[in-house]
Amino acid sequence: MFKYFPHTEEDLQEMLAATGVKSVHELFNDVPQAARFQKDYELPEALSEIDLRLFFEQLTAPGNAQQLVCFAGAGCYDHYAPSVVQNLIQRSEFLTSYTPYQAEISQGTLHYIFEYQSMIAELTGMDIANASMYDGATATAEAALMAWNNAKKATRVLLSETVDPKIRRVVETYAHFHGFPIKLVPAANGVLDRNALNTELAEGGVAGLIVQQPNYYGNVEDYTGIADAVHEQKGIFVVNANPSDLAILKTPGEWGADVAVGEGQSLGIPMTFGGPGVGYMACVEKLMRKLPGRIVGQTLDNRGQRVFVLTLQAREQHIRRQKATSNICSNQSLMALYVTIYLSLMGKEGLRQVAEMGYAGAHSLRDKLIATGLFKETFEGQTFFNEFCLDYEGDLDALLDACAAYGYLAGVKIGERTLMLAVTERRTPEEMDELVDIIKDINKEEVKA
Amino acid sequence: MAKFEEGLRYSESHEYIRVEGEYGYIGISDYAQHALGNVVYVDMPDVDDEVTAGEEFGAVESVKAASDLISPVSGTVVEVNEALEDKPELLNEDAFANWIIKVQLSDPSELDKLMDVEAYKAHCAE
Amino acid sequence: MNRTLYGNLIFELSKKGRKGYSLPEDYDRTHSTAELPEALRRKEAARLPECDELTVVRHYTNLSHNNFGVNDGFYPLGSCTMKYNPVINEELAGLKAFAGLHPLQPAETCQGALEVYYNLQESLAELAGLSQFTLNPCAGAHGELTGLMVIRAYHESRGDVRTKVLIPDSAHGTNPASAAVCGLEVVEVKSDANGTVDLDDLKRLVQQEGPNIAAMMMTNPNTLGIFEPHVLEITTLVHEAGGLMYYDGANLNALLGEARPGDMGFDVMHINLHKTFSTPHGGGGPGSGPVGVRKGLEAFLPMPRVVEIPAEGEDEGCFKVDWGTSVDGERGSEIAVGSFFGNFGVMLKAYAYILSLGREHIKEVGPLAVLNANYIKERLKDDYLLPIHGVCKHEVVFDGLVDKSTGVTTMDVAKRLLDYGYHAPTIYFPLLFHESLMIEPTENESKETLDGFIDVMHRIAQEAKSDPELVKTAPHDTPIGRVDDVLAAKQALTTYWKSIE
Repeated sequence: MFKYFPHTEEDLQEMLAATGVKSVHELFNDVPQAARFQKDYELPEALSEIDLRLFFEQLTAPGNAQQLVCFAGAGCYDHYAPSVVQNLIQRSEFLTSYTPYQAEISQGTLHYIFEYQSMIAELTGMDIANASMYDGATATAEAALMAWNNAKKATRVLLSETVDPKIRRVVETYAHFHGFPIKLVPAANGVLDRNALNTELAEGGVAGLIVQQPNYYGNVEDYTGIADAVHEQKGIFVVNANPSDLAILKTPGEWGADVAVGEGQSLGIPMTFGGPGVGYMACVEKLMRKLPGRIVGQTLDNRGQRVFVLTLQAREQHIRRQKATSNICSNQSLMALYVTIYLSLMGKEGLRQVAEMGYAGAHSLRDKLIATGLFKETFEGQTFFNEFCLDYEGDLDALLDACAAYGYLAGVKIGERTLMLAVTERRTPEEMDELVDIIKDINKEEVKA
Repeated sequence: MAKFEEGLRYSESHEYIRVEGEYGYIGISDYAQHALGNVVYVDMPDVDDEVTAGEEFGAVESVKAASDLISPVSGTVVEVNEALEDKPELLNEDAFANWIIKVQLSDPSELDKLMDVEAYKAHCAE
Repeated sequence: MNRTLYGNLIFELSKKGRKGYSLPEDYDRTHSTAELPEALRRKEAARLPECDELTVVRHYTNLSHNNFGVNDGFYPLGSCTMKYNPVINEELAGLKAFAGLHPLQPAETCQGALEVYYNLQESLAELAGLSQFTLNPCAGAHGELTGLMVIRAYHESRGDVRTKVLIPDSAHGTNPASAAVCGLEVVEVKSDANGTVDLDDLKRLVQQEGPNIAAMMMTNPNTLGIFEPHVLEITTLVHEAGGLMYYDGANLNALLGEARPGDMGFDVMHINLHKTFSTPHGGGGPGSGPVGVRKGLEAFLPMPRVVEIPAEGEDEGCFKVDWGTSVDGERGSEIAVGSFFGNFGVMLKAYAYILSLGREHIKEVGPLAVLNANYIKERLKDDYLLPIHGVCKHEVVFDGLVDKSTGVTTMDVAKRLLDYGYHAPTIYFPLLFHESLMIEPTENESKETLDGFIDVMHRIAQEAKSDPELVKTAPHDTPIGRVDDVLAAKQALTTYWKSIE
C-alpha cells in the first residue's frame, strides 16, 4: 500500500472481478508486446516523508540555494508581497480546481479573473485584458502573431532592439516558425533610434511595432508620435510594459498602443528562479476578437444573479482548431489570483509607493556608485525608473563574484563592462550603502594586490 | 424546420446570394443559422475590400461554434449590413432578410456554379 | 462549498483612504518620481481598490467558498487527470530558499535548484524512454508548440522542407492549433469504427503527402481513452516517409509502469506535469509542459538548458545554465520559448512527487488509474451508452444516456451531478460523438468513492425517466443556476469599468 493509493487487496479483487480480468496488467494486453515496459525504472526508491524533507533541506542548505541581497532585475524583480497573498492562494478551493468550465461551481475562479482583467485593463489603459498568459515573453510573441495575422498586406513586424533580448529571442522563434520576418530596429544611446524607425516606416508594409517600457536597459522612452505613424500603415503598436511602474508611468493606452503585454512577476510574485510568473495581455476594443487566451465576462444566471463565465470562446482552439487565434488553452490562473490579491492590498496608493521607493532607491544608488569614481553612465542623459546601467572600469566578473561572496547579487552583467542594477522597495538604505562599500573595498584590495 | 427561399443561388458552405443587376446580396441560409444556434457576432469585411469566390470574407460566431463565411462569388464589397454589428441575432430571426454584404460582381458567370433552391435542399438533406 | 453566491467585487468594497499594506517610511528621498517629465507620467491614478487587510482576506476567502477543487470532492474531468495534489509538495516547493532565487544569479550559489532541474529532466527521460528533456515550456499546449518547433528545426537542419502534419480527427483542438501557430498545415487522419486511427486512411495520406510530412501528432491512449493498437505500424509508416512522430503526453498517466512513448517509436513528446505528476491545476495554471526527444535530436531543444559538468575523476559534477549562443551555430539551438527556465515552482512539486513514489510506486500509477476507469465503464454501461466496447485506459467515454427518449442531454446529466457534490466529467469532447461524457477517475480514488459516483449516475438516469424536468433544470443546489452564455458573448462585459459605464 502507498499513501496516495487507496486500493486494498480486497478492493482490487472485487474491482477486477467486476471488470472481468484477472490482473491489472491484463488491461494492457492491447499494447503490442514490443512496446510493453517490463523492467524497473532506473529511478531512486521511494522516500518517506521524513526522508523527502531531509532531502529538500539538504538541497536548500546554505550555499546550495543562497538567497542573495538582490540588485538584479532583467525581467525578474525582488518585490515584496504582503503575507496574506501567499496564504490565500494556497486555499485548496483555488489551488486544486481547474479551468472554470462548470460556472455553477467555479464562481470563485471566474470572479477573481474578472477582477484581474479589470485591474490589468486599468493599469495599462486598455479596454480589455485576457485571463493571463504563460509569461511576458510568450505574451509578446503572441502580440507579434496578432499583428501579423491582423495585417492584410504586410512584409514584417518591427521589433525594437531595446526590448529585452530574452524576449526578443522568443518573439523571433515564434515568428520564424509561423513564417513571417521580424525586423530589428536598432537602438541609439540605449533608446529606440527614431531615424532608423522612420526609415522602416517609410518603406511601408509594417504589420506592427513592438517596444518595451521601461526598456531592457531600464530607460524610460518617449514614444510620442509613434502610434500614429504605425497606425498610418494599419499596423499594430505593441507596448511591453512593466506593470509595477504603471502606477506612475504613462500607460500603453496613453501612448496609443493597440496591445499591451508584459510580465506580471513584478507585482509581488516571488522570483522562484524565474517562474512561475504571469504574462498579461490587453488590447483595444476593436481587437477583442483577435485576442488569444481565456476571457471571462459578466452575465446573468437563470435566477437573475450577476455571475461570471468564460466567454468569447469562438476565438479558441477547442472551437476553431487550426484557425484559432492561438494554441493557448489555459491561463496562469493561480498567479493571476496572486496579482489580483496583491493589487487589492496595495491598492491605488500602495503601488505608487512601491514605484516611488524603487525610483528613489535606484537614483540614489546610482549617484553613490558614480561618486566612487569606478563607474560611469552607460547611456548619457537617459531617463530611467528603478533599473539602470553603469560601465565599470575594472573586471566586472571579478566584481560580481566578490559581491556574491559577501551575499550580494550586484546586478546583471549585460556587456563586457556594463552592469545593470535594479532597486525595489525591499532594498534598504543600509543594503545599498553596504553594496557601495563592498565595491569600494574590492577595489582597494585590488589596488593593494 | 429550416426554411428555403426560391430565386436565390446557394453554395455548399451554406451562403446564399440574391442577385440584383450587377450586385449580389450575400448572407447565410436559414439552415446554416439553425445549425449555428444563437449568433453572437458577425465578422464582416470593410467596404471596398475584394472578395474571391471560394475564399473566406468573414465569420459568424455563436457561443459554441464559429463558421467562416465563404464568398460564393468574386467582386468588390460595396456595402456591409451594419445592423448586424449591434444585433447579430437578426440572422437567427430572419437569415434571408438580413444579408451580410453587398458585392459588385466581377464575374457573373460564377453564379452558374452555384445551386438553385432544389439542389440546395437536396444538399442539406444529405 | 457554500450554496449561496458571494457576489461582491473587490472594487465594490473599496473606500477612499483605506489601505491594506505597510511599507517602510525611512528611505532616501533625495530623488522622487516628480523629477520625471510630465510627458512620461500617467495622467490619472489607476483606479485600484482601497481596502483594509481583513476586508481583502474575507473577500477572497468567501470567493473560495464558491469554488470546487479536488480537495472538495471527486473531480472526474476527462483528459485533465485531476489527481490529488500532495500537501507536502506544496510545502517543499514553497521553501523560502527557492522563492528567493533570482534566475540570473551565479550557478555556484544555486546548485540545489539546478540539481532539481537536472534530475527532473533525467527522471522524465527515463519514464518516457527518451534521451533528453527541456523543462522550459509552461503548459501542455506550450510543449506541443515547442515540440513541433524542434521537429521543424530538425528538418530545416537537413535542408528538408516539410510543411504538413498528420493529426487524427479525434485529437484535442490544441494539436491543430499548435501546428498552425508553428506554420504547419494540418492533414486530418480519419478514425475507424473503433475510434482509433484508420490505418488505410493513414496509408493513403502517407502515399499522397510523402515528402511533405513533417510529423504526425498522436495522443495514446487517444482522446477516447483507447490505446492505439497499431501504434508500431503507424510510427514505422511515418518514419519511412521521413516524418517524425510526436507524442501528446496528455494521457501519459495511463501508461506509467506499462509502456513508454520512446519504446513505441515516438521521437518527440511533451508531458503535462500538472496531470501525470500531480502538480495542482491552480484554476487553470501554472502548469508545466516539458518536452523530450530521442537520441539525435537533443541539439534542437530550446535554450536555456541546465547541464552537468562532470568534475575530473568524480562521478558527479556541478550544474550550470547554458544560455546558448547564436554565434556558436554548432550546437546552440536557436529556439527559445520563455525568458528563463519555465515554471520552476511547478517542477519542484513534480520532483517531490517522483521521489515520494519512487521506482516501486510509480509503476502502480497506470494500472490503478486504468482499473478505476474500467470499473466505472463496466458499472455504468447499462444506463449510459458505450459507443466503443472493449478495454479502455485511464478514461472512458459514453455517448450520453442509453435511453434518449427522455430528452435529457449530457449537459443535463453534468449539471445534475453538481447537485450531488461531484464535479462534472468533460462533456461534448471528443467531437466524434454527439453526447460525449468523458470520465477520468485517476489512481487516487477509492472503490467507495467510485461506488458513490456510480450510484449517483444511476440515480440521475432514473430521474431522467421519472422526472426529466428536474434534471433538465439542474443544478439546483449550487450557488448559481445555469448562466446565460449568449448574453455574456453579446454584451462582452469583461471589465468592471465597462460594466458600470
